[in-house]
Amino acid sequence: MIDRPTVTQLAADLRARKISSVELVRACLARIEASQPALNAFVTITADQALEQAEAADRELAAGRGGPLAGVPIGHKDLFCTAGVRTTCGSRMLENFVAPYDATVVARLKAAGAVMLGKLNMDEFAMGSSNETSYFGPVRNPWKTDLVPGGSSGGSAAAVAARLLPAATATDTGGSIRQPAAFCGVTGIKPTYGRVSRYGMIAFASSLDQGGVIAQTAEDCARVLRSMAGFDPRDSTSVDIPVPDYLAGLDAPLAGVRIGVLKEFFDTGLDAGYERRVREAFAVFERLGARLCELSLPNIPRSVPAYYVVAPAECSSNLARYDGVRFGHRCSAPRDLADLYKRSRSEGFGPEVKRRIMTGTYVLSAGYYDAYYLKAQRVRRMITGDFERAFAEVDLLMGPTTPTVAFALGAKSADPITMYLNDIYTISANLAGLPAMSVPCGFVDGLPAGLQIIGPHFAEQRLLHAAHRFQRETDWHTRVPERCA
Amino acid sequence: MALTRAQVEGIAHLARLELDPAEVPQYEQSLSRIVDFIGELERANTAGAAPMAHPLPGLVQRLRADEVTERDGHALYQRNAPQVASGLYLVPKVIE
Amino acid sequence: MNAHQGTRVSKGAATEPGAAWETVIGLEIHAQLATRSKIFSGAPTAYGAAPNTQACLVDLGYPGVLPVLNAEAVRMAVRFGLAIGARIAHQSVFARKNYFYPDLPKGYQISQYELPIVAGGTLDIVLEDGSRKRIGVTRAHLEEDAGKSLHEGLAGLTGIDLNRAGTPLLEIVSEPEMRSAKEAVAYMKKVHTLVRYLEICDGNMQEGSFRCDANVSVRPAGAEKFGTRAEIKNVNSFRYVEKAILYEVARQIELIESGGKVIQETRLFDPDRGETRSMRSKEEANDYRYFPDPDLLPLELDAAYVESVRAELPELPDAKAARFSAQYGLSDYDAGVLTASRELADYYEAVTRGVPGQPKLAANWVMGEFAAALHKEGLEISAGKLPAERLAGLLARIADETISGKIAKEVFEAMWANGESADAVIASKGLQQITDTGAIERAIAEVMAQHPDQLAEFRAGKDKLFGFFVGQVMKATRGKANPAQLNALLKEKLPG
Repeated sequence: MIDRPTVTQLAADLRARKISSVELVRACLARIEASQPALNAFVTITADQALEQAEAADRELAAGRGGPLAGVPIGHKDLFCTAGVRTTCGSRMLENFVAPYDATVVARLKAAGAVMLGKLNMDEFAMGSSNETSYFGPVRNPWKTDLVPGGSSGGSAAAVAARLLPAATATDTGGSIRQPAAFCGVTGIKPTYGRVSRYGMIAFASSLDQGGVIAQTAEDCARVLRSMAGFDPRDSTSVDIPVPDYLAGLDAPLAGVRIGVLKEFFDTGLDAGYERRVREAFAVFERLGARLCELSLPNIPRSVPAYYVVAPAECSSNLARYDGVRFGHRCSAPRDLADLYKRSRSEGFGPEVKRRIMTGTYVLSAGYYDAYYLKAQRVRRMITGDFERAFAEVDLLMGPTTPTVAFALGAKSADPITMYLNDIYTISANLAGLPAMSVPCGFVDGLPAGLQIIGPHFAEQRLLHAAHRFQRETDWHTRVPERCA
Repeated sequence: MALTRAQVEGIAHLARLELDPAEVPQYEQSLSRIVDFIGELERANTAGAAPMAHPLPGLVQRLRADEVTERDGHALYQRNAPQVASGLYLVPKVIE
Repeated sequence: MNAHQGTRVSKGAATEPGAAWETVIGLEIHAQLATRSKIFSGAPTAYGAAPNTQACLVDLGYPGVLPVLNAEAVRMAVRFGLAIGARIAHQSVFARKNYFYPDLPKGYQISQYELPIVAGGTLDIVLEDGSRKRIGVTRAHLEEDAGKSLHEGLAGLTGIDLNRAGTPLLEIVSEPEMRSAKEAVAYMKKVHTLVRYLEICDGNMQEGSFRCDANVSVRPAGAEKFGTRAEIKNVNSFRYVEKAILYEVARQIELIESGGKVIQETRLFDPDRGETRSMRSKEEANDYRYFPDPDLLPLELDAAYVESVRAELPELPDAKAARFSAQYGLSDYDAGVLTASRELADYYEAVTRGVPGQPKLAANWVMGEFAAALHKEGLEISAGKLPAERLAGLLARIADETISGKIAKEVFEAMWANGESADAVIASKGLQQITDTGAIERAIAEVMAQHPDQLAEFRAGKDKLFGFFVGQVMKATRGKANPAQLNALLKEKLPG
């Protein structure tokens, strides 16, 4: 009864009092506890608070009240600040950091009645594509535990894939929602930049970071996103336009929808089996009446190098606040101020974070700014221009989410570039601030593959609609890893 | 382009990171790889493309009314601080 | 600017005679904007609170928090820009200046770099010889202030108070167009006057609301190329700015003349020793890695907004001084003094309204007795110790000859001490001027009777004794005799 249901199902059953939030939360907590040794999806489990919140939700529901997610268990990626519950960002730096406030996303989901079960593991400061950079140990892929779940929202994707939770918050700076969603066989949406408040979401790269959802279905994503999104006066980059009802019109026909197939996504290093799954998905859309055409976005191949200038540059500055003075790790017995800074930061940050801080410091430094930072921002403009031209012709763009299915732990840790290229298909949407999703579209050698859908700014509804219709025709999103079944 | 050891150490200092001498060669190598990789951008013809710092075109800064909305929370905020006294955050002596 | 207008300093012994140096000074003035809340957060900006009680999560640079720009800080910057005839940028951009320092919580300061809100204005200063000189203002930009480091009473430690962090600052950068310490001070005073007129800064230098960095260099007279400059940081009084610049100029000249080289560095002025010294802690070359702050969007101000701010501008000091000269017939000097602050100018005008037709009398009293009394007690006009109508009441009694100017000073003192009106003081002390001819004649007769010898000498031709009789009669009437009447009557009576 409570093994696999979706947010949609659970919200209805809770409202109908078929189940209680407390029993649901107890069951989830039990599964979470049991899964930890194998999956390590959680950094912190907040059982007591969760049960309190569940009781409160049950009282609300009994009184015929309660928000749209009343009593539904969720987890938060451990970079959303939660008042009174530690927020680690997957880092030793913030191992004991307890935020004195709730992130806007956390507050909104709380207000919608959702019950938080804990904080989900992630790559340190969201920097990674495999979840191997977490100070709290890697998350493992529920489909095969010697594989990575993807990153940086690996804990969120793994928890939903293993049906520990029906939905989890996540963030996406260069693919951190879509890539793990693809690797774990779940559905994830990164909304338009500015659609979900970044207030209280610990920054990696401010002009790229965007909060979103990972869930089993597009409909669930719509349901959760509806409660998360919206204008926030505390975030200057939050956009003040109304949030549409993402659930409305999900079942409308797809006939006549124009879909562009991104040529460049099939040019470079895409696994042949993966490509077949993606092309099979295209056939489903054609059957549904969509019109497909191939499109070329010539500047897309420069996304990864441009991203690895912009993101580290912003990160090097964003992470300067961790200096061992007001919060976070502090080295023992500093000799002087320089020693305090250097040792606190070197002990607090892991190697990948340090590498990115150093890359960012380098590209912004005197004599290199124009060649790297400004150049990358120009390339970013050109990539955005490519998308603008494409969306003049088509309603949506599609392609694979990743070049391959999930890889083995340790397989790509030796060379940073090999790891960075894993995000080759996802990064461009962040550079242009576009909404993008990953939807399960089949299996390659028994491992999930993801179909990526990208839309123009604020077209979340269009993405969710296409994904939902696809999921009505397919059952990939209902598949559960054997060990979790 | 290969970064020299001195460059790597200079960057680390600017970023206030202390690298173990044994780690330096690793960073030298991986940062050189990265610099090569992003150096590819040099070949892009970006004539006429203005630098883009924000992904949403046309969005401008919103202004906040000049109102005091925050109250003293230092006791709570300083719970995360490694060393405080009399409400002050403490650091090793700063020499001016 | 010709070299001969600059400061000439020559060090005798070491150099050939006639070697002259020109001083080049540019100022960066930091004016704290008088907003209620901080530039990017809703924390209060009041001075003097207990440590860290006015530092909110945004000011502390807590993980996850974000800046939102204060509308009033923007409006104040635009006011300043318009007042100096500068361009108000249609689009300006906030950038991060990255460096590590304990009083800088985020590890970067949000400032404006390539695209400041205000660019290209001018300010006129009056030089000692009365001539005017125009100083260019390169730019003025918005930024956040840092916190404070406290070293006292903490053994081997420094305490960090972040109450000031995030206070809005307008950094006003001049062209290197000042050629002497006096010019620099005149410019700084001019900016100080202006920001207070505009009500964008309280100008309190003790509290650090208005402070300045001086870039100082010297070059051989007539040279085109600037010398290497030293930056003297955070000087917070007019007097110190002058002393610091004079010291620094002498130091640089001595250094060069003894074969040394000025190095570009940051120096600190030590008021106790009257000298500048190198700041070791900031010695290392900084690489601030400026880039646009991705948490803030470009600030766009349209023409309608700028015009609405322009419409609210008060009358500015130069315009007011010109009007005072024209309207009240005051000298340029007096007009300048009376318009040095908006409060003083308003006070003067209120006094003038109370004694129509006596602008010069009002000017003399406001700049004289009134200013001296304030100064003596360290009071501001705003303290309201002597309302303008009261002072006008006193001047009216001088104008209608109820009292003489001399008696008026006595009345003023009593008014200042007791807060009474001039008429009350005059009545209670019986200080009305004696204009009754009979009474004056009686006093003259008495004095003549008391001093027969002097009378005889006067009548024998010693005219100088006329003054003696004036003095004696005044003494007898306790200064109240109308001087003009007294003169006339004495001229009539003394010759016999």
